[in-house]
Amino acid sequence: MTIDMSQFYQVFFDEADELLAEKERLLLVLDVSAPDPEELNAIFRTAHSIKGGAATFGFTDITDVTHILETLLDRIRKGEMALTGEHVDAFLAAKDVLDMLMAGHRHGSTVDRDAAVAVCQRLQALADGSSGTSPEAVVAPVAPTSAPAADAGPVADADGNFRFRVELPQVPERDVEALATELALLGSVSRETLADQRTAFTLVTSEGRDNIVAICAFVLDPDALKITAANPASAPAEAVGSAAPVEPVPVVAVPAPVASDPAADAAPASGENRNWGRRATDREPFNAESSSIRVGVEKVDQLINLVGELVITQAMIDQRIGALDPIAHERLLNSASQLARNTRDLQEAVMSIRMMPMDYVFSRFPRMVRDLAGKLGKKVEFVTRGAATELDKGLIERIVDPLNHLVRNSVDHGIEMPEKRRAAGKNEAGTLTLSAAHQGGNIVIEVSDDGGGLNREKILAKARQQDIPVSDTMSDAEVWQLVMAPGFSTAEVVTDVSGRGVGMDVVKRNIGAMGGNVEIRSVPGSGTTISISLPLTLAILDGMSVKVGDEVYILPLGYVVESLQPAPVDVKEIAGQGKLVKVREEYLPLIPLYQIFDIEPAFADPSQGILVILESEGKKAALLVDSLVGQQQVVVKNLESNFRKVAGISGATILGDGGVSLILDVSALLRSSRQLSNDPVFF
Amino acid sequence: MSKTILAVDDSGSLRQMLTFSLKAAGYGVIEAVDGRDGLAKAKQQTVDLVLTDQNMPGMDGLSLIRALRGMKKYQKVPILMLTTESDDAIKAEGRAAGATGWLVKPFDPDRLTEVVQQLIG
Repeated sequence: MTIDMSQFYQVFFDEADELLAEKERLLLVLDVSAPDPEELNAIFRTAHSIKGGAATFGFTDITDVTHILETLLDRIRKGEMALTGEHVDAFLAAKDVLDMLMAGHRHGSTVDRDAAVAVCQRLQALADGSSGTSPEAVVAPVAPTSAPAADAGPVADADGNFRFRVELPQVPERDVEALATELALLGSVSRETLADQRTAFTLVTSEGRDNIVAICAFVLDPDALKITAANPASAPAEAVGSAAPVEPVPVVAVPAPVASDPAADAAPASGENRNWGRRATDREPFNAESSSIRVGVEKVDQLINLVGELVITQAMIDQRIGALDPIAHERLLNSASQLARNTRDLQEAVMSIRMMPMDYVFSRFPRMVRDLAGKLGKKVEFVTRGAATELDKGLIERIVDPLNHLVRNSVDHGIEMPEKRRAAGKNEAGTLTLSAAHQGGNIVIEVSDDGGGLNREKILAKARQQDIPVSDTMSDAEVWQLVMAPGFSTAEVVTDVSGRGVGMDVVKRNIGAMGGNVEIRSVPGSGTTISISLPLTLAILDGMSVKVGDEVYILPLGYVVESLQPAPVDVKEIAGQGKLVKVREEYLPLIPLYQIFDIEPAFADPSQGILVILESEGKKAALLVDSLVGQQQVVVKNLESNFRKVAGISGATILGDGGVSLILDVSALLRSSRQLSNDPVFF
Repeated sequence: MSKTILAVDDSGSLRQMLTFSLKAAGYGVIEAVDGRDGLAKAKQQTVDLVLTDQNMPGMDGLSLIRALRGMKKYQKVPILMLTTESDDAIKAEGRAAGATGWLVKPFDPDRLTEVVQQLIG
């Protein structure tokens, strides 16, 4: 029976991904001057495990890299070689190469073989260079006369087979026969009797030497065996080239590994206690694995969708029984309210399946900050807070790019060079904090640095230059918002500490598309905080339903500030430019919803209808509707998946009575309000 | 009744491969994620053969073998180590600790079942 190994690939890839991430995390916290032996062990183990899996499943390129990596790490953890920053850099580079190789196998993406070779050479150079003892020299003292490891490797013949000569010690004939049978399992065996009555086999096999030793170990002590590589002419092969690897797997030619060193004995022996101590940190991922299952996202989404339908159905029932006589139908009503509670609990539980800890995103930043700070010659201490805060998986994947941008900006432009910081009386190393926390129905993610802060004057000057309308009396908050104006950033401010607008418009747009907001707080000389506020999930939304004519629309509750009926005197008309309404001494643009969707309203006069004050991205506007219907949780149905994107609409939902209602895209409405004109606002 | 094998390896993919191959060959398989887990499971239930990886967090393969050989019911049970080619010194230690034999990673699943069949039929 032959087993199809490819069925295990996915598990291997997932596992290797986890191991690589773990390896990177450990490398980043490693104190180079005084490395914790437990951490070194754990790092070694990641390379070791990946190598084992890669070799088993036949990913030789991954085996090649991990083999050198493992060898080098092994020497370091045994104290044969001192750890340097150079090592850490090379290990991190190797991690990247492994990621790339893995992606190549997994997704068929392009693989840069040169990079793999380069990283192997870099690691090899480190392995050769530092200790002064060549690996061969380390091996030599352990190689007993009969030890298999001391021999040169065999060369494969045209069929990929190796030829070995196995000389047995004096053993009973019964054992010789048993061995011959065993060895025959590996390949073809020929037997000869030596002058001293001992037996020698010549074995042609595709297996490695270790398997031969393993087989013989069932019958006799392998140390008593003499296995040599035989050349194709079947003579004992002292002359065979030593560059070939011992294993048939084409491992990059590395001198015999250091594991044979006597010092190796010390590691496992004393390793027992130390390993037990490792539990707390090291075992966790494995425990997590055994108490969780992997499920495809589409299954979860289907579940969420079904629960969404259930919520709608439940709302329908609620509406129907509302019309019943509460006394005559008391028991039915009780059961219905029980059902409502259960539905809500079920919904929450199902939604939580999609929730992932922010750590999923945060964990990729320590490395990036380290690399970036190193490149720029800055010192940056990276702190994360609230990594356990959970966010919907869909959002978490989309938050990566914007956060990437913000963190980069902070290191690049926020945190000053060490000299400058010292001159300003600050700690040489800047602090960059990434935090996440729940605030009401939102999650707030903040990137903050203790750098130079934004420069108000420069931003204003830049804005003027780009014809963005500004005034000197603008509040700081408004000035900071300017850096997120489309096209604000240009390359020339990139190098300037004050210029932070690098791609900020993109960040803002991306966050906006996720239903979130970006806010900037900055104090000159002491730093900048960029705060992103996101809804916890995209699938369910707290909405306010409003009515215009016969249509009911949903406004996401997060944008609603208040609603009011204005006095006629507070509504001002600007000729040809639409209307303004004065609310608490503030003039807000008035957006008549009936005009936008071209429907017949019950009231065209603002003083008869209701104004809903909306706020997004620091801008406010008043939306004119006929009446408020109520507040409710709605299940968001995407229009784009079955129809197309509609300007001004972010989605649809099914109401309790079975009717369909559109969810308004408040950010787009507010953007359009800035044009303050009677022209159609959407195209 | 089919014979039961305890497979101890911290790598999920290898564990899956071991279990799949051994089950396909008609054995019952109990999985353990490291030495400690393996020892606990070996105590709970007597198995006919133990397969263990060497390099594992928590408790390594050697420690597991020593612990098992110290138990009366595991004195005669075959224990196979799974090692990599760089573990020569460990092999010697494995023998001293009481391992019956070892398989070198990477190994072919067919080879695994052959060896297991030789040992416990």
